[in-house]
Parts: sequence; structure tokens; C-alpha cells
Amino acid sequence: MNELQQAVEQSPFAASELASDVDLLFYAMLTVCGFVALGVTVAMLDFCIRYRSGKQVDRTLRLRNLRLPEYIWIGVPLLIFLGFFVWGATLFMRYQQLPPEDALRIHGVGKQWMWKFYHPGGQREINELHIPVDRPVVVVLSSEDVIHSFFVPAFRVKQDAVPGRYTRTAFTASEPGTYRLFCAEFCGLKHSKMRGQVEVMSAQHYAEWLDTREQSPTLAAAGEALFRTKGCSGCHAVDSAVHAPDLRGIYGRIVHLRDGRSLRADVAYLRDSILLPEKDVVAGYQPIMPSFADQLTEEELLKILAFLQDFDERDAP
Amino acid sequence: MSNATSAGDYRATKSYLHHEPHSIRAWLLTTDHKRIAWLFIASITFFFVIGGLAATLIRLELITPVGDLLTAEGYNRTFSLHGIVMVWFFLVPAIPATLGNFLLPIMIGARDLAFPRLNLLSWYVYILGALFTVFAVVAGGVDTGWTFYTPLSSMFANGNVVAAIIGVFVVGFSSILTGINFIATVHTMRAPGLTWFRLPLFVWAIYATALIMVLATPVLAITLLMVALERLFQIGIFNPALGGDPLLFQHLFWFYSHPAVYIMILPGMGVVSEIITCFARKRIFGYRFMAYSLLAIAFIGFLVWGHHMFVSGQTTYASLAFGLLSFLVAIPSAVKVFNWTATLYKGRIHFDGAMLYALGFVALFTIGGLTGLFLASVALDVQVHDTYFVVAHFHYIMVGGMVMAYLGGLHFWWPKISGRLFSEFWAKVSAITIFVGFNLTFFPQFIMGYLGMPRRYHTYTPEFTSYHVISSLGALLLAAGYLLPLLNLGWSMFWGKRSGSNPWHATGLEWQAHSPPPPLNFESVPEVTEPPYNYDARDPFDGSRPQ
Repeated sequence: MNELQQAVEQSPFAASELASDVDLLFYAMLTVCGFVALGVTVAMLDFCIRYRSGKQVDRTLRLRNLRLPEYIWIGVPLLIFLGFFVWGATLFMRYQQLPPEDALRIHGVGKQWMWKFYHPGGQREINELHIPVDRPVVVVLSSEDVIHSFFVPAFRVKQDAVPGRYTRTAFTASEPGTYRLFCAEFCGLKHSKMRGQVEVMSAQHYAEWLDTREQSPTLAAAGEALFRTKGCSGCHAVDSAVHAPDLRGIYGRIVHLRDGRSLRADVAYLRDSILLPEKDVVAGYQPIMPSFADQLTEEELLKILAFLQDFDERDAP
Repeated sequence: MSNATSAGDYRATKSYLHHEPHSIRAWLLTTDHKRIAWLFIASITFFFVIGGLAATLIRLELITPVGDLLTAEGYNRTFSLHGIVMVWFFLVPAIPATLGNFLLPIMIGARDLAFPRLNLLSWYVYILGALFTVFAVVAGGVDTGWTFYTPLSSMFANGNVVAAIIGVFVVGFSSILTGINFIATVHTMRAPGLTWFRLPLFVWAIYATALIMVLATPVLAITLLMVALERLFQIGIFNPALGGDPLLFQHLFWFYSHPAVYIMILPGMGVVSEIITCFARKRIFGYRFMAYSLLAIAFIGFLVWGHHMFVSGQTTYASLAFGLLSFLVAIPSAVKVFNWTATLYKGRIHFDGAMLYALGFVALFTIGGLTGLFLASVALDVQVHDTYFVVAHFHYIMVGGMVMAYLGGLHFWWPKISGRLFSEFWAKVSAITIFVGFNLTFFPQFIMGYLGMPRRYHTYTPEFTSYHVISSLGALLLAAGYLLPLLNLGWSMFWGKRSGSNPWHATGLEWQAHSPPPPLNFESVPEVTEPPYNYDARDPFDGSRPQ
């Protein structure tokens, strides 16, 4: 524990590519707002002293246009606020940018009261997250029970993990070190114990660390196995007797539904189709698929989804 | 209480406090808005003490990083109790139901509110709902926080969540009834000559607050009811496992709870406008802008709820729109701060206890408002959302702002309410103690929030210890500060000097009535011939000030 505390305290406070930009905006706003607060305080103190009762002083108001000051202190703050809004909005859009293709894709599952992480190679860890420095990382978040929130202060990122859907946060760690990981959304009894650390390491150390972990099939491979054992392939195979959509190359495709809607088959759509199959039925098919809501854990679900994302024409089961 | 009072025996009429009958039964069945205001003053003081005790436990626990005073469950229940009690049973009714109830009819020259019996019903609904909730929370324990986020509250939390929700649901009707009553009163019962733009800003503030109460509270009621339905009957509304959407709860909850923040602060703004004009012996600067800014806050306040959900998975563009609107709602607040400051310019400023509270309010509200901009800025909110930065921000508004204003208002109108003068010395000491204690408690929380200390943490990592220690020490000073007005005003009730009807030489119809006023307030219906805050025309009160 002491070692960890030391490691955390020796690591920098700003440790992602975004962090220094967020800090710049923070300090800019702090300066401007600080001046406003100071200005108001100084003006109040000055008036209080100069115009205190009993003091002989000229008190005739010479302001002719009493509306002018009002327009000034509506207009000037408005301009400043709009400026800060645009600045913050631009920065926020960078948070939301699609991560590059080569980004490391990690699945994070929140559960009362721990974080579970799955690396693409199938390595798993609990309340610890090892990532390489200077490489974009996407953490796809889901929850097994209540809402949790993935918060790494040193990276200036926070994203809720919401049951029933996938959310995402992306960052590029810029400094090796040990950083706090918190759950920021109150999630019940041991909320404050739902914390851990992020270890940022060089690419080489990360590769070595992956090798030391227990060897297990990749997420996609595990998903492929589940696709068979859970019976998905029984209907969704090309030569199946049951009339069910062929899922090869499904990920990212535009899907046309029975009720005339069309949507892109993203993870949210695929997840809903497994758990709530009657919600979005594909055109030309009957709503005969049963829900798998009670049969799949969050972990199994994300493995199957990992498999479906890689599932293309060549490797039909 | 409907004794007809003819003009002739006005002076002989006893005040509302001493008027027969004054048995306990008569007080509990009164329809006099002034006695009902007392019922509320006593009730909210009681709930403030309960909420304050919970806060004390929280701050004591957080002196060290490990859990040593309370268990995790005890801690979670304590902060839930603190939030539920302080928000719904203290802050929301604080000024409207006490000072608003007492002053609104007198300030507009009326004999009572439009619906006096509805007013009494409002208190009964409030006190029964609130006592039931506190009983449920203390007896069975609720550990969801005051926000009742789903699916934690609807499917996972143990304890009396449904009972607590029903209690809050019931109390909501008290808000709605009070709001309807105030709106009807302001529209129909103004004295001759009292046009809208001659109304004191306190009346404008209470009016804007009443609008929010009537429009927003039903949404809270529906939302809480749906949580209870989901919990009791497994109807899938918010829980994804049942086909519901947890974010829907947040949208509905904040659609009420963000405007509710303005229910808590607008009345405070009204109080401060009255106090500053009186003790600066000046008209308010920019009266119309002050009135319109109250309405603007009430209106735009309905359109910013999504800023509580920037990291919830809400779409990017929704977040940006809510962010922009949140910046805009700060404009009318800024206008108010600048106008209060400008009111001091070339005034004749007296530093009575009530005035110190009002000046403290402006300073703390300014800090609370400015830090709100950081939360409106989406990229910064990602870092500080759900940290102590947010805790500090809303305490600056609600405790630094609202409680300062409430206590300031209570001191300012105390001679009217009780007919007595309190110790000015101790009023000043209490205002300064609260101001210092408050800043000591909450300023360090901004810093640890930006450094990443999450809120609602029973235990925390050691790097935040020093901030928590300062904060807890400040809280002790703050608690001591809050005891002083209780003692000072309580003492004056029995031993204070008689105040006369207008000890501050203030304008406003309420100061024309006797102190304390008779049951029907005025001898004859007053007529208004001048704008509010006509202090320039009056003698400065240096010569005849209370000591």
C-alpha cells in the first residue's frame, strides 16, 4: 500500500495528451473568473468604505444613462462566456473523436464493486489496468448492475458505465507511471472501495506484461466458441434449416428492418438484438428468436460481440 | 381567526402573536399566514438541525482517509439523509414558506394569502410527509443519495426506498400548493397603486419561485412514482434488465431538480435586494433588469438540466446545447451581482448584522456562480463531475448563498415578526463566523475536486487528507456560527427591546404595519403612490438607530 501511494505521488498530475489542454482551459477560466470575483469584491469593499454612513462625501449620482451599464454588464460577460463555451466545446469534440484504427481496444465492465478489464488478447485484470504509453486507448464500458463511472483524474477522463448499453472513452497516456482509477458514480455500499490504478508502461514493457499473463484465447476466439455453445450458430449458420439472418460481415452494415426503419449494426444494435430480439426485427424475417438476456453474462456478451465484429465472409463457423 | 377588525380599534387590537385564542390548538388550526409562517419556521429549523447533525457526522468521518467512525452503510445512509432533508425539507421551503408566507401578503398590502386554508393544508402536507420520510430513512435506512439514481434505487438498494420516495412525493404537493397560493395572491391581491413594477424585488423573487414550484414539482412526483412502481411491481421503466432506460430517470429527475436549485436561490436574491437597498439607503440599481433577470433565470433554468449528464452517455450535441444554455443562465445571475454592487455606489452604508449577511451572500454567491461556469464547460466538467468540486460549487450557492440570505432576512424582518430587537453585536459576530467557517469548509473542496477526489466516498486515498482535515475544522466553526442566531434571536423573543414598527426606517408596506402585525395586518387598505426603495426621499436613519 505504501509502495503504491509512493508510486502515485511520484507520477505527474497531467498524464494524457488531453490533460494539458484541459488544464490550459481550466487556468484560463480560473484567471478570468478570479479577476471578476476580485473586481466585484474590491468594488464592494471600496464602496463600503467610501460611502459608509457618517462619512461626508459627494453622493450625487451623475450617471445620465442608467441603462448603459446594464448593457455593458450583459454584453461583456456574454462575449466572454461564448468564447469559453466555444473553447470548451472544441476540446470536448476532441474527446469524442473516433479513435484511430490502431487504437488499443479494451473492454471495461463495472460490477458492484470492482472494475474488470479485458485486453484484446484475452488477458483479464481486476481493479488494475495496464496500458502502453503514447498509444491511443479506447475503453468500451458496460455494467453488470448499476451505473458506475470510469474516472482517471490524471488523464482528465470520466465516463459512466451504464447497464444495458455501451459507452466509450478514449485517451492517449503520455507519461509512464501509476495513476488512480476511481468509480465516480455512487454505486452502493462499497462505492468508495471501487478504485484501483492504471499502470502506464512503455510499449515494450506492456508487451512483456501481456506475455506474463495467463494465456487465454482472444476475446474474439472465446466469442466464437460461445457462438457455437450457446446455440447461436444453430440458426444463424448459412445452411441452417431455420430462417435467420446471416451474420457474416454484419458489423457496421446498414440493416433494414421490418417496420421500415434502417440503422447501422453497431455494438448497441447487436447487443439489443441478442437481449431484446423483438425490438429491431430485420426485414424478411419472423420474430422467432428467443431473448438471451438470462443466459449470457456481461462478459460472455462482450466476447460474442468481439467475435461478431471480426466475423466476415471468410471464416464462417 | 376571521375576527372582523374595524378601523377604529386597530391600535387596541392585539398582535397576531398575542391575539386570542393562542392555545396550541388555535396555532395548529390557524389560517393566519403569519402563524403558519411560524409553523414553518419551527419545522424547517428542526429539519436543519437533523440535516446539520448528519453533515457533522460526515465531516467527522472524513477527517481520516479510512472509515473509523461510521460503517460504509452508515456513511451512505448519513449523506443520503443529509441530502434528502436539506434539499426537500429545509432549502426548498426555507424562504418561501417562512419569510414568503409572512411577508408576501403584508408587502402587497393584503390581509392574508388568497387561499388561507390551502396555506394551512400546505404545512400539514409538508410536516406529515417530511416526518414520515425522516422516520423511514432513520428506521430503515436509505442509501441511494438524495438523487435516487436508477437502477441502484429501483432494483439494487436495500432499505426503505419506497417509503422515502412516497414521503418526498407527498412533500412535493406542499410546494405546489404554496406556489399556487403565491401566484394567485400576487395576481389578485395587490393594494391599489401597487403596479407590477412597484413590487419589491422580494415579491418578484417569490413569484418567480412559485412559477417554478408549480411547473417543475409535478415532474418530480411522476418520476418518483415511477421508481416506486418499478421497485414494487417490476414494471420496466428505468431498469434495462426489464427493458427500461436508466438515463430516462436522470432526464426526468434533473428536469425538476435543476429548476429546484433556482427554487432555492431566487428567494435569497429577493431577500438580499431588500436588505442592501435598506442599509445602503438607496434605490436598487436597475430595478427592471433585476425583476426581468429573476424571470429569465426561472425560464432558462428549465432548459439546462442536461448539464448533469455530460458523462452519462448522452449524445455529444445534446451536451453541447445544454452547455451553451448553462453559460447563458449565468448572465442574469451576473446582472444581479453587478446591480447589487452598483447599488452600494454613492450609498450611505450601514453595517448592521443583516447587512453583513447580505454582503456575505453576494461574495459567496459570486464564487458559487463563477464556479458554475466551469461545470457548464463540457470539457472541464468531464474532470470535475461527481467530484468535490461540484460539492463545493452547490454548497456555495445553497449554503453560502441561500442560508446566508435566509439568516439575513430573518434578522432583517425579525423586528416585524417578533416585535423585538436582537443583539446587533452577536448578529455581526454570527455573520462573520459563518462566513469564515463556510469558506474554510468548502474552499478546499474545490481544490481536491479538481485533483480528482470523488464525492460520496466513505474512505479515500491518502493524498486528499489535508484538504479534508481543513474542511472538517471549518465545519466545526460553521456549526458554531449557526448556533449563534438561534440563541440570539431566541433570547430576543423574550428579553429583546421592543422594536417599534420600523426600526431600520425602511420603505415597503410591511414596515407600515405594526410590529408584530395584528391578525389582519393593516388598519385600512394601504395605497401605494411611489416606486419601491424610495430611500433618497427619506431621512437617513443615523440619528435614531437601534443599538
